[in-house]
Amino acid sequence: MVTALDAAAAGLGLAPGMVLAKAQAMVPGLTIAEADPRGDAEALERLAVWALRFSPVVAADPPDGLVIDATGATHLHGGETVMLAEMVRRFAAAGIEARAAIAATRGLAHAAARFSERPTVRLADEVTEAALRRLPIAALRLDRTVVEGLAGLGFERVGDVLDRPRAPLVLRFGPDLGRRIDQALGLAADPIEPARPPDLVETRRVFAEPIGAAETIARHMRALAATLVDALEARDLGVRRLDLFLTRVDNTLQTIRVGLARPSRDGARLARLLCDRIETIDPGFGIEVMRLAATATERLAARQRVSSLIEGTAPDVSDLVDRLADRIGESRVYRFAPVASDVPERSVARVSALAPDDGATWPGDWPRPSRLLACPEPIETLALLPDHPPAWFSWRGVRRRVARADGPERVFGEWWLREAERATVRDYFRVEDDGGERWWIFRAGDGEDLETGSQRWFLHGIFA
Amino acid sequence: MTNPAVRTVLADLRTRIGSLEGGAACRRGVLPFGVPEIDRRLPGGGLAFGGLHEVAGGGNGAVDGAAAALFAAGIAARTGGAVLWCVTRADLFAPALAQAGLPPGRVVHLETGDEGDLLACFEDGLRHGGPSAVVAEVARLPMVASRRLMLAAETGGGIGIVLRRWSRQGQATDFGQPTASLTRWRVTASASAPLPVPGVGRSRWRLELVRCRAGESFEVEVEACDGQGRLALPAALADRSAPARRRFGGAAG
Repeated sequence: MVTALDAAAAGLGLAPGMVLAKAQAMVPGLTIAEADPRGDAEALERLAVWALRFSPVVAADPPDGLVIDATGATHLHGGETVMLAEMVRRFAAAGIEARAAIAATRGLAHAAARFSERPTVRLADEVTEAALRRLPIAALRLDRTVVEGLAGLGFERVGDVLDRPRAPLVLRFGPDLGRRIDQALGLAADPIEPARPPDLVETRRVFAEPIGAAETIARHMRALAATLVDALEARDLGVRRLDLFLTRVDNTLQTIRVGLARPSRDGARLARLLCDRIETIDPGFGIEVMRLAATATERLAARQRVSSLIEGTAPDVSDLVDRLADRIGESRVYRFAPVASDVPERSVARVSALAPDDGATWPGDWPRPSRLLACPEPIETLALLPDHPPAWFSWRGVRRRVARADGPERVFGEWWLREAERATVRDYFRVEDDGGERWWIFRAGDGEDLETGSQRWFLHGIFA
Repeated sequence: MTNPAVRTVLADLRTRIGSLEGGAACRRGVLPFGVPEIDRRLPGGGLAFGGLHEVAGGGNGAVDGAAAALFAAGIAARTGGAVLWCVTRADLFAPALAQAGLPPGRVVHLETGDEGDLLACFEDGLRHGGPSAVVAEVARLPMVASRRLMLAAETGGGIGIVLRRWSRQGQATDFGQPTASLTRWRVTASASAPLPVPGVGRSRWRLELVRCRAGESFEVEVEACDGQGRLALPAALADRSAPARRRFGGAAG
């Protein structure tokens, strides 16, 4: 029996469920590998543990999927669409062709990932039912017999089933049909049991009486952090990512994830990061179990403190960076680093806020404007060719007479990056208008040869 | 004032008022500009640490905030510690900060989508006390927000600089609304230092202290930040160039 095949085999007319002998008869010289369901399941479990980087709640969805609860985790990866694209890209880099979908319910995401034409799909919350209606019944995670039975009765799309009275169908095909539809619509609970890495450092507290008040939760967070720090210390580990799982009385799971830029074992600091997020918790009728897990750790050996008698140490801002990064996303707290390029917009790169500082800076020979426009804006000018600054220019409808000017500073195109830049030239001028304001303008081209640029003028920056 | 008795009474009164205003803030000291013309007119002889200061640009600077940003960078550079710079519009060009004495290794930049988040991050940065200066580019600064920021700065002890920057020049009238900040500066670009050859000389700014708690407002023309973030007075004001000596007798006579 054929259980799985690749795209080339599907193109030859083979299909899952086919008898192996028939497949071999159709395609001589077929490459066959023995199915290994247990190995597949184990690999999928490992993949789920790997995918914990995206969100704290990830589970294997056998036989061929992962399910990720991305609630509250997407902003850390630059938004839902970006996160999906990033996942597919990472899988592709590992040689796995993946399809990803994000939707309001697990059922719908499951269906959309498997039955959509595009590799990544993002379904907004309000289209849940409309999207579900269009999907084939096979998308509902039902038994094959049920799907075939419904097809025999002429039901093709989920919408057909939704329009019918449910009771007779359930009587005939079992309660699973109704349950799956309700789960896909978000009417029934669809819990995910998260995967757990094998050597996880974690602590948990179970409450006899469910807790709900913010102060109580904060107190237990601090206690959990303190116990976790003890466990980490015994293993010489520092935590980089911390997940707090809160199980409510009604058996729903909520999670808080905080990341740290540097491994840390400071209980007070971990507790503070967690407490910052208390307002995102909805305790409902109360929380029964709190579980705090260090899902990403790094080796952190004990280090001797520098005595303040010898030298004053610079205040540590790494915990501030962590707090801010947790609040607005890691990519939005950054430092600039110099890049060896003369093209202004390429001379600056963003690096992580706590990247080691090598003291590098830009060459300071030429003054640089404090504001750089994202895109150079075209200006109208009157200028003598080839190498005089303009006599006046007009930008955004305001005409300014140039009183003084410095330049040109010639910047050549970087032909090693793009072939089109082989001949291009920019001539930068620093000009001061008669109001005393200073601007950075350039001419695309050297003023003589049309091959070096369009000879049009642009405004690129504003000096102080 | 020359009477010693009057002087002691005044000094005593000053310390008592200071302790009423917030004891911690007074003891943190100040950051002098190094320009006597400015420093002697500021209470304490400089910008107070553990306080909130506002900077805005004049004219077009209200929108682009170019001179105001460099003025703030110069102050931050002279504090000597780490700097947190919060923006909503990412058009700051880091090489210019480096030229004002703020190398890229010292500045952590932060970019938020809206001003509410920005003010919250700004407050966190001030309260933390690790960065010696925290700069935030905002348009609206309500009284309540500025009060919170002021308290956060008092707790942390760093210099908080609110760089007011609006999307239209007309909105700059907002700068007249009262806030809790200690000082309020307006920086306007003016014609650069004249050079004997064609070219643009060292930038000059018209620096106005629009409001100052326990101090008088004034206006002064300064030369822009140098490589260490220091301002300077134009030569004509600081030391007048020696007047051309008239020759008596000599070859002509």
